[in-house]
Amino acid sequence: MSVTAQAHVEDHAHDHGHHHKETFITKYIFSQDHKMIARQYLITGLIMGFVGIAMSLLFRMQLAWPGESFPIFETLLGKWAPDGVMDADIYLALVTIHGTIMVFFVLTAGLSGTFSNLLIPLQIGARDMASGFLNMVSYWLFFLSSVIMVISLFVEAGPASAGWTVYPPLSALPMAQSGSGMGMTLWLVSMTIFIASSLLGSLNYIVTVLNLRTKGMSMTRLPLTIWAFFVTAVIGVISFPVLLSAGLLLLMDRSFGTSFFLSDIFIQGEVLHYQGGSPVLFEHLFWFLGHPEVYIVILPAMGIVSEVMSVNARKPIFGYRAMIASILAIAFLSTIVWGHHMFISGMNPFLGSVFTFTTLLIAIPSAVKAFNWITTLWKGNLQLNPGMLFSIGMVSTFITGGLTGIILGDSTLDINVHDTYFVVAHFHLVMGISALYGLFAGVYHWFPKMFESKMMNKNLGYVHFWITAIGSYGIFFPMHFVGMAGVPRRYYENTAFPMFDELTDVQVLMTVFALITAGAQLVFAYNFISSIFYGKKGPKNPWKATTLEWTAEVKHIHGNWDGPIPHVHRWAYDYSKTDENGEYIIPGQDFVPQTVPLQEDEEELNH
Amino acid sequence: MDSTVTTASEENVWGGGNRPLNASYGKLMMWFFLVSDALTFSGFLASYGFSRFKFIETWPIADEVFTHVPFFHGNFPMYYVAFMTFILIMSSVTMVLAVDAGHRMKQNAVIWYMFLTIIGGAIFVGSQAWEWATFIKGDFGALETKGGRILQFVNADTGERAALADFAEVIPDSRLEHERKNGVWYYDEGYMPSYNLNEVIEGFKANSNILVRTETINEEGEKVVLDRGQSLTKLKDAVQVVEGANLIHNEYGSRLFADFFFFITGFHGFHVFSGVVINIIIFFNVILGTYERRGHYEMVEKVGLYWHFVDLVWVFVFTFFYLV
Repeated sequence: MSVTAQAHVEDHAHDHGHHHKETFITKYIFSQDHKMIARQYLITGLIMGFVGIAMSLLFRMQLAWPGESFPIFETLLGKWAPDGVMDADIYLALVTIHGTIMVFFVLTAGLSGTFSNLLIPLQIGARDMASGFLNMVSYWLFFLSSVIMVISLFVEAGPASAGWTVYPPLSALPMAQSGSGMGMTLWLVSMTIFIASSLLGSLNYIVTVLNLRTKGMSMTRLPLTIWAFFVTAVIGVISFPVLLSAGLLLLMDRSFGTSFFLSDIFIQGEVLHYQGGSPVLFEHLFWFLGHPEVYIVILPAMGIVSEVMSVNARKPIFGYRAMIASILAIAFLSTIVWGHHMFISGMNPFLGSVFTFTTLLIAIPSAVKAFNWITTLWKGNLQLNPGMLFSIGMVSTFITGGLTGIILGDSTLDINVHDTYFVVAHFHLVMGISALYGLFAGVYHWFPKMFESKMMNKNLGYVHFWITAIGSYGIFFPMHFVGMAGVPRRYYENTAFPMFDELTDVQVLMTVFALITAGAQLVFAYNFISSIFYGKKGPKNPWKATTLEWTAEVKHIHGNWDGPIPHVHRWAYDYSKTDENGEYIIPGQDFVPQTVPLQEDEEELNH
Repeated sequence: MDSTVTTASEENVWGGGNRPLNASYGKLMMWFFLVSDALTFSGFLASYGFSRFKFIETWPIADEVFTHVPFFHGNFPMYYVAFMTFILIMSSVTMVLAVDAGHRMKQNAVIWYMFLTIIGGAIFVGSQAWEWATFIKGDFGALETKGGRILQFVNADTGERAALADFAEVIPDSRLEHERKNGVWYYDEGYMPSYNLNEVIEGFKANSNILVRTETINEEGEKVVLDRGQSLTKLKDAVQVVEGANLIHNEYGSRLFADFFFFITGFHGFHVFSGVVINIIIFFNVILGTYERRGHYEMVEKVGLYWHFVDLVWVFVFTFFYLV
């Protein structure tokens, strides 16, 4: 980089303070401002989330009352529910698209896309992301992939129905099932665009954190949110391209007759020409993404929970460096454990024991995090705001779901419950519900930042939390027992197995809980939308937090701070810090913002 | 990278307010993009390794497949691929020189070196197209068995490969091509091999010095050649004649060999092609003086990174596909 270029970059940075004339289109649609892009991500993600949850209700109803006729099925599913009885093909399609939407569109793009965009520039003290343009492209590619995924629901032969893991040969042969035709093609196209979007987003997050931290914001003064988003982006850059490899090879098998994943197939009495390929190869490639993907989903939630919990406990996060180390350890381990999804795939059993070992290692950093959260709460001055409740809820579900992970990570135990509802219960608690709680915690906590100091209604927030917390345990706790009883995943109905008859009541119970819990999300939707328009304005720093985003202007301006960018003099967790006399550092205030220089005689905490 | 600009070297490098890796965000983005692209290629190469090890005892021997050089007849294993590789590496060298000239703000030198880089890239893509054409057209021809195995032929006297044309008999038949004018419905009959199965088998029976060579590799690393009796028995399994290669059949052996050849060199060729296009855009920007006005040639450096990456990937493809 030459001298002139350096000067140019700095000039550019100062330019941001000025206001550009903005039209409706540049402000609300093709915006390059990170705060607007964050809101776009959030709203798109939430809409996709409602679609995904609605689908789960439909197939939960089918599971509880198999073969029953419901007018709602006929209304929503049309020809796929003749006389209101759900067709088996659409059941598979609903399960597939529910998984795809929730994992990728809600919990990857909706969670990390929203909060990385909102918080990275604001919390590290930057005017915007490194490249506003690529950031905008990233959002619009995400939008496009969402639209294509939704369009695929309306294809005549039905949407993709090979499961969200799209294993060949089911996904590779159009004649295998109705959903493997155009629906599957659109699924692959949509995911390819999604990968491009995720790549552009991640590149931006990484270089922004590396290059645009304000003066004094060293890596060990970063809020844990930023660490989580940063590492999430790194895992995304490493694992998503391998899904692209798998997707492209699958596309070749589907459309051009190659045999990468296919061999020796008879279908409807006909011998197909495919020879030599291996579906296990696809599983390897898929899970090399698929496993890191669950950490892409959960790490941002962990970061958000760490931050929200520390603010609302009025205590520094316990074990800051251990938290960073465990994020890094989880990220590293996430790339070498994919085989635990494949214990019964016919993979070499020796490899199974290797993957068991690496998988169980993940329990260590996960436990470090869980204990650190609990010790952060210990003797804290707890402010039970909705964001805090969801954070505590996340720790609870993460522990509950994590414990069953130890069972599933061990190949000898896993074989007994593989592909049963035990697995479904495990991952819904540990990554689904936990990550959703992280999302909700983030929305309640940073809503004022996102919508110019408007606050969400607390009481509705409490209603939302308690119904969701009880309801989601109500759904997923009994599910473990259903799984241990042997009920397999992805079965449209289990009426043909008399041994499962006695579980029908449990299925009904879970479905009732699912309906109630989903209803509680409408409370959230109402609260969210009405607060955007009629929310009560709160103070500039409503939660009395130390981090930089609360020093930025309330009104959204391009460049975040009207004056110069604040400099940072301390870490992000100086809550309830006292001097040697036991007095708060700043009299009458139990927190010290990061922008406040070290006081006389004050020692920087040895974090 | 100029070493003259070191911001705040006495401060904490990671302390914020500076660029800890001393690189602009654009260059960092390019690096991380390359990391991601490298993993896509790793996915393909790992799949290739996975599939090849599955068929390690029957995998085609690359030295026997890539033996052609344009305008020459004869057996030149790997000569042309080596030439292509050399050209690509040289184009990386000229790219380095272009970046260096950019640092020294020498517009004319940048133009010339970019031009040479583009030429090198174009030669490589062209050569790859020729390689594909040769691979698709095929060499000696072979038979495919019911089980999808390939049977090739050798001359017992010389030990050399025998082409179908060397021994197949032409048996006149009254095969009538179905044409559009003769029917209400009509398919283009498409690809037809030069000899049909019967002609090859009759020719084989008539020529006692031709033997069948199987896909299996023996301890010496050579393909197993059957004796006359075994050959005749083996031929009973043959169901079709294969000449050249496509994604479903190929005369070289395992069909995954051709699948991966087309896919991996194709994906790499697509990268080289886009690299050439990007280089051309940058080339014109240099001519127009865009970077002269901007005061630095960092764009040249960024596309240079991409170009070196494409080159490096080829080294891996070359190693795993052609050499080992």
